[in-house]
Amino acid sequence: MKTKVAIIGSGNIGTDLMIKILRTSNILEVGALVGIDPSSDGLARAKKMGVSTTADGIDGLVTMPEFNDTKILFDATSAGAHAYHDKVSREHGKTMIDMTPAAIGPYVVPVVNLDKLLDAPNINMVTCGGQATIPMVDAVKKVAHVHYAEIVASIASKSAGPGTRANIDEFTETTSRGIEAVGGAQLGKAIIVLNPADPPVMMRNTIYALSEDTETELIRNSVEEQVEKVQEYVPGYRLKQEVQFERIGDNTPIHIPGHGDFSGIKTSIFLEVEGAAHYLPNYAGNLDIMTSAALKTAERLVELRKDS
Amino acid sequence: MDTDPKRKLYIQDTTLRDGMHAIRHGYSLDQVRTIAKALDKAGVSAIEVTHGDGLCGTSFNYGFGTHTDLEWISAAAEVVENAKLTVLLLPGIGTIEDLKAAYNAGARSVRVATHCTEADISKQHIEWAREAGMDVACLLMLAHMNEPKPFAEQAKLMESYGANCIYVTDSAGALLVDGVVDRFKAMHDILDTKTQTGMHAHNNLGLGIAFNIAAIEQGASRIDGSLAGMGAGAGNAPLEVFVAVADRMGLNHGCDVFGLMDAAEDLVRPLQDRPVRVDRETLSIGYAGVYSSFLRHAENASKLYGIDTRDILVELGRRKMVGGQEDMIVDVALDLAKATQDSQEGAI
Repeated sequence: MKTKVAIIGSGNIGTDLMIKILRTSNILEVGALVGIDPSSDGLARAKKMGVSTTADGIDGLVTMPEFNDTKILFDATSAGAHAYHDKVSREHGKTMIDMTPAAIGPYVVPVVNLDKLLDAPNINMVTCGGQATIPMVDAVKKVAHVHYAEIVASIASKSAGPGTRANIDEFTETTSRGIEAVGGAQLGKAIIVLNPADPPVMMRNTIYALSEDTETELIRNSVEEQVEKVQEYVPGYRLKQEVQFERIGDNTPIHIPGHGDFSGIKTSIFLEVEGAAHYLPNYAGNLDIMTSAALKTAERLVELRKDS
Repeated sequence: MDTDPKRKLYIQDTTLRDGMHAIRHGYSLDQVRTIAKALDKAGVSAIEVTHGDGLCGTSFNYGFGTHTDLEWISAAAEVVENAKLTVLLLPGIGTIEDLKAAYNAGARSVRVATHCTEADISKQHIEWAREAGMDVACLLMLAHMNEPKPFAEQAKLMESYGANCIYVTDSAGALLVDGVVDRFKAMHDILDTKTQTGMHAHNNLGLGIAFNIAAIEQGASRIDGSLAGMGAGAGNAPLEVFVAVADRMGLNHGCDVFGLMDAAEDLVRPLQDRPVRVDRETLSIGYAGVYSSFLRHAENASKLYGIDTRDILVELGRRKMVGGQEDMIVDVALDLAKATQDSQEGAI
């Protein structure tokens, strides 16, 4: 029997996740898609696909017959709205997978720390940029201490919904913290750029990691292995260029104002994330990596609970 | 819009912000103090001091500064008596937290900059700054990449969030004079009469001063310029040149032209380790319509990967890269290097 879930938020992310579960999951089924705008495209799409809906937010969900045996809630709304959703979820003993940058619960990046955190009642998925880049920071950290890691995520304007746009600070702040807390960098920094080009540009991510000195071959192998692991749940995740290295000698260290001088190796990783085109077209790799990570997390959670 | 020919223009200096790009964000605190003091004495309305890419711009992607923004801002705040201390914030790079810290260090005006189609990512920052009592001007960057009418609609959004002034920001120095005029006309058609407008020029096609004059004729109130043109690409409209022209035109600018000339010549031009001028590379930026700040990064990538700087810039323009995507410069250089290698192998 499949485990029932409900998705709160009928925007780009919620709708993409719904379609992804319907098309790909042998473990989960969608009990309901929850919106606040009865005319939203996401709710219309759900009805067409035979999924129950409400346009009355989480309060509407709680009164639906599907809610009782729903085990997992996904929040695809905004950080501001998440606090209330979290409260209702806890009151009803559900597990919450939070795709907003609210970060009430611990951060999860599936290839890095999934199994460690599955007891938490609320799990946070960081950000799309975090899901794309933190695995790379972790890959470098596995072979050398990372003094500083910086990521630049560029996404197509069309793939950034109103929630993302109204709260862009939360992206940079949550991603930076995720780079440190999950990626293991001593200091993290995140930048996001929206590009309106038409046809829309594919999601791109660049990771710069400044680590202690080691064999570059070790870093390259670790990065390539990690890319393969992410590809297991995000098939469109790939290295766009060979990993680039630059040795920073002790006599010409990099000065990071406010933090000090650092030497070692600067690793530059150029990624492209092509989406699975479940809802928005394939340029929206940012949607795909977030919903794929959330789906993977939920499926693993169900598997582990069955075992125990 | 203000069409009174006797109106006092708001002269916004950018030497210590856009000028950062020209020297890879390398001002010392003493240089900031000396230049800010000279500008203040010469009567400019406002002095912008921040990393070239705005608050928190210090990074691998844009270049690490010699100092933090707060150190630079505090140094300027020590010496500025009359001019308004301004900072730049690009949503996606800097945050409200960074702006709060800048305010506490003495900044009283902020310029919130987005790409010319992405105004709605600036709402939270504009609202916070107005709430704090700051003056807010908004820069719609790479203005040549949006037609006048939709450009003005983006300006209207920023006005609705609380902006006091909206700038035509020709980040690529790629507009023509008509393009500047049309964007101001479109803004003045739909903006509230109380909302000011401003011009931020780059001189890549040699038109910086002409843009400022055209903007004033259309009713712009705020004009950007920097000493000796210190800025990204071929630089901004050189402030001392603009003020000399404005003087000859009988415009009310409130600045001491000789004071600005001396500061440009004695304090700023000697710092330019790469001349700030229209040359093959900076002209290519205007011609290809790419972000002026890409210049020094593209020159570095050219050296590192053996690809012509102009080829890199033109390809970045063809790919429609926008401000902030400096990471794509190396990406393009690697693609071009690979294409060169492949074609050589093909020839054998």
